[in-house]
Amino acid sequence: MAISTATVIESGIAAPPRPRRRPISVGSVAAQIFMIVVCVLWILPIAFALYVSLRPEAETNRLGYVSVAHHFTFRNFSDAWSQSDMWRFFLNSVRITVPAVVITLLLASAVAFVVSRLSFKFNIPLLILFTAGNLLPQQVLITPLYRMYLAIHLPHFLSSSGLLYNSYAGLIVINISFQLGFCVFVLSNYMKTIPTEIDEAAIVDGASVWTRYWRLTLPLCRPAMAALATLLTTWIYNDFFWAITLISTGNKRPITSALANLQGQFVSNQNMISAAALMAAIPTLIVYVALQKQFIAGLALGSSKG
Amino acid sequence: MVSTTEVKNPPAATSRRRRRRVRTLTRRDRIVVALLLGIPLLLDLAFVWFPALATVLLSFTKWTGVGGIHLKACTSKGTLPGLPQPGCIFGVQNYNQAFTVYPDFWPAVRHNAIWLLVFIVFATPLGMLFAVIIDRGIRGSRVYQSLLFLPVMLSLALIGIIWELIYAPNLGLLNTVLGRNGNNNLINWLGDPHLNLWAILVEASWRQAGYVMVLYLAGLKAVDPALREAAIVDGANAWQTFWRVVFPTLRPINIVILVVTVIESLRAFDLVYITSKGNPLRGLELLSVSVTQNIVGETQRIGFGSTLGVVLLVISLVPITAFLFQAFRKEDR
Repeated sequence: MAISTATVIESGIAAPPRPRRRPISVGSVAAQIFMIVVCVLWILPIAFALYVSLRPEAETNRLGYVSVAHHFTFRNFSDAWSQSDMWRFFLNSVRITVPAVVITLLLASAVAFVVSRLSFKFNIPLLILFTAGNLLPQQVLITPLYRMYLAIHLPHFLSSSGLLYNSYAGLIVINISFQLGFCVFVLSNYMKTIPTEIDEAAIVDGASVWTRYWRLTLPLCRPAMAALATLLTTWIYNDFFWAITLISTGNKRPITSALANLQGQFVSNQNMISAAALMAAIPTLIVYVALQKQFIAGLALGSSKG
Repeated sequence: MVSTTEVKNPPAATSRRRRRRVRTLTRRDRIVVALLLGIPLLLDLAFVWFPALATVLLSFTKWTGVGGIHLKACTSKGTLPGLPQPGCIFGVQNYNQAFTVYPDFWPAVRHNAIWLLVFIVFATPLGMLFAVIIDRGIRGSRVYQSLLFLPVMLSLALIGIIWELIYAPNLGLLNTVLGRNGNNNLINWLGDPHLNLWAILVEASWRQAGYVMVLYLAGLKAVDPALREAAIVDGANAWQTFWRVVFPTLRPINIVILVVTVIESLRAFDLVYITSKGNPLRGLELLSVSVTQNIVGETQRIGFGSTLGVVLLVISLVPITAFLFQAFRKEDR
């Protein structure tokens, strides 16, 4: 079957649009071998970390990490959990990621709506401003930002330190501001594909701008919003730099940056450190298993031009 | 993907529509628009563009962060040690120091350049190769795609930690396999200044290749199948079809990947921070790490840190401009 398809292609009579089956040729065997080898190599670091973290430290210290396991134990995981404030770090991550993702999407969709659904003189400069802001390396901003965060005072119900520095609010704000650009870019491209007739009909019906944004445009953007929400959750959860530089108190850090503290606390017990790291990966692994399509769709939206 | 359904109107119709639309905005509508646009714009200006601009301005000052900044030139007179000095205008002295005196500067520039080069000649082509093979629909391509994509989901901090098990001198995978885990013949992959950058680049490429693969797959899916058909009918082989027919149509995605590659190699920070446990480590100097070192610790050098930030800014403007140009060219017309 595969071979007959191939002959058709080679003779060039009626090539199917995208040949899914290829002949068993040297090329495809080589491709299979290559991909299998690469995939094994790609999984190896993760599998190896799991293997080491499931073994007692005493045993791996004696035999090395590359050895046949005599004992498997969850001890490293339970110790890492109980000997640190891990639950608190996870809670911090939730407290930062959830508001940041929701607010970013709301604000970005608002901007995207204005620049793509209302004809407005400064559409393009605004889009450029937002998009370019997201492309800057964080380190370009950090020095003045750090001083700003030390200078801006917050009421105590928002920040126990009384400052934007070292507060959840501060971390949420910078994550929102920095991610806005990407989301504005993606959403405005997406909104441009919605036919303008929908808006025109709404205008005839006397719909206000708010109704057109909230009732009309946003529901139509659900696929793009879902993809972006997946992407943003992963990115903000995985953020390391902002939390390391703008949060000084260890127990206020979200889990990803707290790994740096744990590394110091469990120093020399690599088994426990990797157990902690693997636990920190669980939320992203859930996203990976359940929402991989959304994540990839988000990246595809971001890389294509509207 | 998005570009396919662009609505095209004759210019006259568009401008008529625009006029009508502006007229239909009531007072309340205007307030709503101002809020919808104003709040995000304010955030973006205050927390992204203001700091970016301030970096440039601060780079011409000398400031320890104590006291304000006086708009006076710095005096060359030495002050008493321990006495906080207010900020002062330092001219281009910071740049001068960075280029000539600061020991980490040129190593950092070199390492950032190596980082970029490895991404361009190794990680990116590898990711492209994965994408092309997977896009051909070989058996198991879904599984391959998922597995190769897994590292993209992981934080760089976590990647740094789990790779330490591979590079560990006595117990690690690599030295055990190489038979170099005895105390007299250890290879210190992450400690040796000649090796550690390369060891970390393997980690970074491990993740980057999957990232490039996904972006590229999206691009390849959008290629018109008729193009390939035509090439095959004309007797082109797979190699020629890809490089002569498919690759040129992927120009937009190539620019996106180039931008991602350059920006990622300028941003490189997390892996180095985790690997060096937050301390500077010889062989791993990077511009991003140097910037951060100047704002933490007891002696803050705000002006000098900003100078290094400006260097990053100037380099990053090249890919940013390239991206903006290709992304907004159509609309400017």
